[in-house]
Amino acid sequence: MPAASDTVDLVREVTEQKYKYGFVTDIETESVPKGLNEDIVRFISAKKQEPAWLLEWRLKAYRLWTTQEEPTWAKVRFPRIDYQDAYYYSAPKQAGERPKSLADVDPRLIETYEKLGIPLKEQEMLAGVAVDAVFDSVSVATTFRKKLEEVGVIFCSMSEAVREHPDLVRKYLGSVVPYSDNYFATLNSAVFTDGSFVFVPKGVRCPMELSTYFRINAAQTGQFERTLIVAEEGAYVSYLEGCTAPMRDENQLHAAVVELVALDDAEIKYSTVQNWYPGDENGKGGIYNFVTKRGACRGRNSKIAWTQVETGSAITWKYPSCILQGDNSVGEFYSIAITNHHQQADTGTKMIHLGRNTRSRIVSKGISAGQADQTYRGLVRVQPKAVHARNHTQCDSLLIGDKCGAHTVPYIESKNRTARVEHEATTSRIGDDQLFYCMQRGMSAEEAVSLIVNGFCREVLQALPMEFAVEAQKLVGISLEGSVG
Amino acid sequence: MLEIKNLHAAIDDKEILRGVDLKVNAGEVHAIMGPNGSGKSTLSYVLAGRDGYEVTAGEVTYRGKDLLALAAEERAGEGLFLAFQYPVEIPGVDNATFLKTAYNAVRKYRGEPPVDAMQFLKLMRAKRDQLGMSDEMLRRAVNVGFSGGEKKRNEIFQMAILDPTLAILDETDSGLDIDALRTVADGINALRSPHRAIVVITHYQRLLDYVQPDFVHVLSKGRIVRSGSKELALELEREGYAAIATAA
Repeated sequence: MPAASDTVDLVREVTEQKYKYGFVTDIETESVPKGLNEDIVRFISAKKQEPAWLLEWRLKAYRLWTTQEEPTWAKVRFPRIDYQDAYYYSAPKQAGERPKSLADVDPRLIETYEKLGIPLKEQEMLAGVAVDAVFDSVSVATTFRKKLEEVGVIFCSMSEAVREHPDLVRKYLGSVVPYSDNYFATLNSAVFTDGSFVFVPKGVRCPMELSTYFRINAAQTGQFERTLIVAEEGAYVSYLEGCTAPMRDENQLHAAVVELVALDDAEIKYSTVQNWYPGDENGKGGIYNFVTKRGACRGRNSKIAWTQVETGSAITWKYPSCILQGDNSVGEFYSIAITNHHQQADTGTKMIHLGRNTRSRIVSKGISAGQADQTYRGLVRVQPKAVHARNHTQCDSLLIGDKCGAHTVPYIESKNRTARVEHEATTSRIGDDQLFYCMQRGMSAEEAVSLIVNGFCREVLQALPMEFAVEAQKLVGISLEGSVG
Repeated sequence: MLEIKNLHAAIDDKEILRGVDLKVNAGEVHAIMGPNGSGKSTLSYVLAGRDGYEVTAGEVTYRGKDLLALAAEERAGEGLFLAFQYPVEIPGVDNATFLKTAYNAVRKYRGEPPVDAMQFLKLMRAKRDQLGMSDEMLRRAVNVGFSGGEKKRNEIFQMAILDPTLAILDETDSGLDIDALRTVADGINALRSPHRAIVVITHYQRLLDYVQPDFVHVLSKGRIVRSGSKELALELEREGYAAIATAA
C-alpha cells in the first residue's frame, strides 16, 4: 500500500522536472578521436592492458562488423547512424590507475551517483546491495567487494576481471553471445569498454543483491558495456542493472551485451530498470538502446529469469533470451515496457528449448501512450530433443490515447510433438470510465493513470527484487507523465 | 447545501436535461425517480463532473461554491460522492490500495496530511463489518469478479470511508436481490446524518421501503415534473410514470 501513495507523490513531484536524471557532470575526460578503425580497437585494448587473445578477438569482431549490415527487420524508424561520428572511448581523467578504494574516487563522481540516488559510500548504501558504478566507458567503483570475496563471489568490473581472472573470462566470454552474433553484438565485441563481471562458485548463494549502475555522461559518446555472469553448480545470484543519461539533443548509442551462464542446479535472476533519456516530447534526442542479452541454462535444473522495466530510451531493440539446454531447466521473462511521446520499442524474448522437460514462461506488459509505437516480438522454439517442453506466454498491451500503437509478433516453432506451447494476448485501453471512477473518488488524472497502470503491471512488478519494486513502481508513474490530457 | 437552477445539459448536442431545479439541505434524503431515458444518470454525471456532458444553461451551487467550475476530483475533494450504477473494474489494483489512494487524495485536497497504512487499516476495519465486507473482498482487485451485490456494497463501503457531505446514489438498488438490498439499505441508513445530504436515484420504489426519503421528485424528459413526500413514490408505483408525467 505505501508504494501506491509514493507513486502518487512522485507523479506530482515530477510535474515540474520530468526527466530528473538529465544533468551533466562537468568532469575532465580522456577520449579517443572520433570514429572507429583498428587503431581505436587497439587503443581500447591497450588502455585496458588486455592479453593478446582478447585483442585478436576484438579485431576479428571489428573486421567482421565492417562487412555486416545494420538489421532492418525491427519495427522502428530512425535516421542512418554515422558510426564514424561518435566517440568510442571516454573516461573520467584520473591521476594514475583506477582508484584503489572509494576514498580515492573523484568526489564529483561520488556526487553524481548520489544525485542519481545511488550512494557509493558503503555505510549509506541499501543494506544488502553491492554496486558497480560504470561511468561512460569505465567502472569507477565497486562496493562491498571484500564482503563478497569472503564467500568466494567475484564481483568486479570487466576490465579488472580480464586482468585478474583471465582464465574465467576466456572460458566464458562470447560463449553465449559469440562475437559474430549480430551487428550490434559484433560492434560491442570490437569496442566494449567496461561492464560487470560476476562469478558465483559452486554451492554458493550470493549473500547480497548485486547491481550495476550505468551512466552515460559524455556527449556524442557510445556506451558499449559487456556483462558476464557465471553461476556454477548449485549457485544462486540476483543481479540488477539501472541506467540513466543526461538530456541531450543528439541521439546516443548504447549497444551492450550481457551473457549469463547457469550450470547444474544454478539460478540467475537478472533484473533491469532501464531509464535512459527517452528524448523530449517532440522526439528530439534520447538513447538508442540496441542490446543483446542472452542466458544459457547449461546445466540440469538450472534457471534463468529476466525481469525488465523499460521506460527510457528513444528506441529500444532488445530481446533477453534463454537457451534451455540442460534437462529440466527453466527460463522466465517478465517485462514491462512503457513508451510515451515519440519513443519506439521493439522488444521481447527468445526461449530456445533444447533439453528434455524444459519450461519457459513469458509475461509481457506493454504500455503505449502519446505517439509512441511498441512491438512485442517473441520467439519460442522447441527443438526435436526437447521432449515435454512447455511454454506459456502472456502478452498484454495497454493503450493510452488514440495516437499510439501496440503490435504483437509471436514466432512459435515446435519440432517435438510432446511439447506444449501456449500464447495468450490481450490489448486494452485505459477506459474513460476507469479514469472517471478514480477521479470521482478524488484522484487527479495522473494519479489515476499511475494507479491503473501499476495494477496492469502488477504481475511483473512482483517478480522484481523487493528493494527495487518500489522504485520501479514510481518509475511507471513518472514515465506516463503528460499522457492524459 | 445543493441548489440546482434551470440546469440544461447535452451529450453530443442532444439535450438531455431541460431545466432541472432542485434544492437539497443538509440532513435530508431526496429520491429522484423517473422512467428510463428521463435523464437520471445524466443528472448524476453532470453533478459529478464527467467529461462529455455539456452544460448549456443553468447553475449549480454546492456549499456556496460554483460546482460546475470545479474539476471532477475537486468536487470529490469538496465532499461530493457518486455511487455508480455500474461500478468500474480496475484489474490488478486491490480495493484497499485504491481506497487509500483516494482517501489520501481527498485529504491532500483539504490540506490534511496523508494517513499511513496502519491508520488506514484501522479505519477500514471499523467500517468493514457494518457492510458485511470480508477481508478477502478488500484484498481483491477493485470490483473484479464481484457479484452485482458485492459491487454495490463496495460502493457504499467506499462512501462510508470517504465520508462525503453530499452522496448521490445512482440506481444503487438495481440488480440486487432482497437480502443484498437490505444490506445496502442498512448501510445507507447508517450513513444518514444531520451533516450529510443523500440523493437517491432510482427507477423503482422498493429501495424507498428501506431508505425513507424526506422528499420524492419525478424526473421526466429532463425536468422535475412533480415533487412531494414519500407518498408520491407509492402513487408512482400504483399509477406508473406515464400517468404522473402526463398529469404534470
